[in-house]
Amino acid sequence: MSAPKPRSPLYFAWRRFADNKAALVAGAILLLIILMAIFAPLISKTGYADQKFLTQAYAFPQAEFWFGVDDLGRDFFTRIVYGARVSLTIGFTAAAFSLLIGIPLGAIAGYYGGRADWCVMRLIELFSVVPPLLAAMLLGALTNGGFATIVLIAALFGWVQVCLLVRAQVKAIAQKEFVRAAQALGATPGYIIRRHLIPNAISPIIVGFVLAIPLAMMLEASLSFLGIGVPPPIPSWGQMINVGMNFMYFYWHLAVFPTAALAITVLATTLFGDGLRDALDPTLKGR
Amino acid sequence: MTLLNIENLTVSFPQHDGVVQAVRGVSLRVSPGESIGIVGESGSGKSVTCMAALRLLREPPSRIVADRLELGGVDMLRAGRTQLAAVRGRIAAMVFQDPMTAFDPVFTIGHQIVETIRAHRDLSKSAATTEAAALLARVEIKTPDAILNSYPHQLSGGMLQRAMIAMALSCRPQILFADEPTTALDVTIQAQILHLIKQLQAELGMALIMVTHDLGVVAETVDRVVVMYGGRVMETAPVQDIFDAPLHPYTQALMASMPGRTPGKQRLIEIAGASPNPANPPTGCPFHPRCAVADAQCAAEAPAFRALSESRAAACWRLA
Repeated sequence: MSAPKPRSPLYFAWRRFADNKAALVAGAILLLIILMAIFAPLISKTGYADQKFLTQAYAFPQAEFWFGVDDLGRDFFTRIVYGARVSLTIGFTAAAFSLLIGIPLGAIAGYYGGRADWCVMRLIELFSVVPPLLAAMLLGALTNGGFATIVLIAALFGWVQVCLLVRAQVKAIAQKEFVRAAQALGATPGYIIRRHLIPNAISPIIVGFVLAIPLAMMLEASLSFLGIGVPPPIPSWGQMINVGMNFMYFYWHLAVFPTAALAITVLATTLFGDGLRDALDPTLKGR
Repeated sequence: MTLLNIENLTVSFPQHDGVVQAVRGVSLRVSPGESIGIVGESGSGKSVTCMAALRLLREPPSRIVADRLELGGVDMLRAGRTQLAAVRGRIAAMVFQDPMTAFDPVFTIGHQIVETIRAHRDLSKSAATTEAAALLARVEIKTPDAILNSYPHQLSGGMLQRAMIAMALSCRPQILFADEPTTALDVTIQAQILHLIKQLQAELGMALIMVTHDLGVVAETVDRVVVMYGGRVMETAPVQDIFDAPLHPYTQALMASMPGRTPGKQRLIEIAGASPNPANPPTGCPFHPRCAVADAQCAAEAPAFRALSESRAAACWRLA
């Protein structure tokens, strides 16, 4: 018996993903934004806080300043590009921390059931009934905002979704015969969770991770907009929208570009995440 | 020395409206190298007995009570998680009914066998891979290396069951539980797998517990038969005696209803009635509602399991 060359499940997932044009375009845009954020110093001519163009403050978009100049004489394109750094970093770290909390709790609740499940579910309910923005404002005000606080708050509210996804998947897989077979051959509960349940739950974990990113980015933008997020002069889109709002009727570019940047990034991430979910879960019937 | 020693094992599943008693006072002893067949109809408690012996049932919902439950000298009722994990695979291993679902679909066969080997033995990855290939060759797989790199869905049921047996044997267990290992396979493969299990059992000198409802399987593979009904052991005897001279009325009825014992076309003989409801078993002997020779005593009181000769024992008031 000669088995054909094994094609990994990833190959089929990629094929399904490539069929979804919206997700593919969203992925490409997201990749572009990520590359821009990484290579920000190379594609911008000044630092993000350099007030080099004070005499040209409020300049409209033109060949020299693609996105114009802001009220404090800084190149606005540079600010937007560096803003992507802040937004993406917070989005990704918060999503990573969401996994860090959500996966173990979800796996424990799903595998052990009973009292462990009860405790985790009550904890989830506790976090679901508190409006994230209000809690974030309270925490942000108490700790004066800052990068770490925003990540912490976003993770604190982002893990719930991941935890529920993992729990449901683990609960379903734990009933499978191969888990019992592994037990019968001497696998410990920890081993089963690490080597059987989580690898089998990897699709919802990836999807949960990607979908947690836009939530964290929106939270960061909201907090920065309200003035308790990332402190100036570090550029944050939310903060820029807040400033740009004041000049909206006279210097439209100060409000439009950060808003568009935020909207496009969040939309691209969400579409990408949706595409991933459909690609990784072939049993899910189309939209 | 006794490898597996079960005394008065009871397994129950408490429900909202009463208790389902899957196993009611089963005792079983297995010596090293011995091969035993547990036969019985669906719901007679044969699989649950094996699961309970390895403590593989989830507790709760199940409740396991026994006077003694020892496997390879380890008290399975008192053993902690790590001790259980050490017994499973090393002392006792299990082969399941449906090989299609017994492997994790996201890893290759090789990965899973190697992981099992390394969970119990201190071997490097490459040494374990060599060992895995040798094991696959041992279960008569012609192209071990190709199979090692295959995912479970790429293989046939018979091939997977061979791989499952290889995995179960990877840590040289002293006793192998085979829970209907051929039920999910087609008939030609069944014979091969049974032959393989029997051959490996003899070569490795391990004990075998074959759980099945197929009397043909029992006849081919084991030395001693345990007949279960309604969560109790009805009769135990050497395999030859079970077929030639069954003593218990249930065993007799079972043998009479076996098709193909006499040539020619004829109606199948069946045992009248239905198997007992485990949530509400009949009083006394579980078989008395269907038994041809039952009387008031059978309905009132359960017969004790008594030795009838050196090698035979049964639970029946009619056998004194």
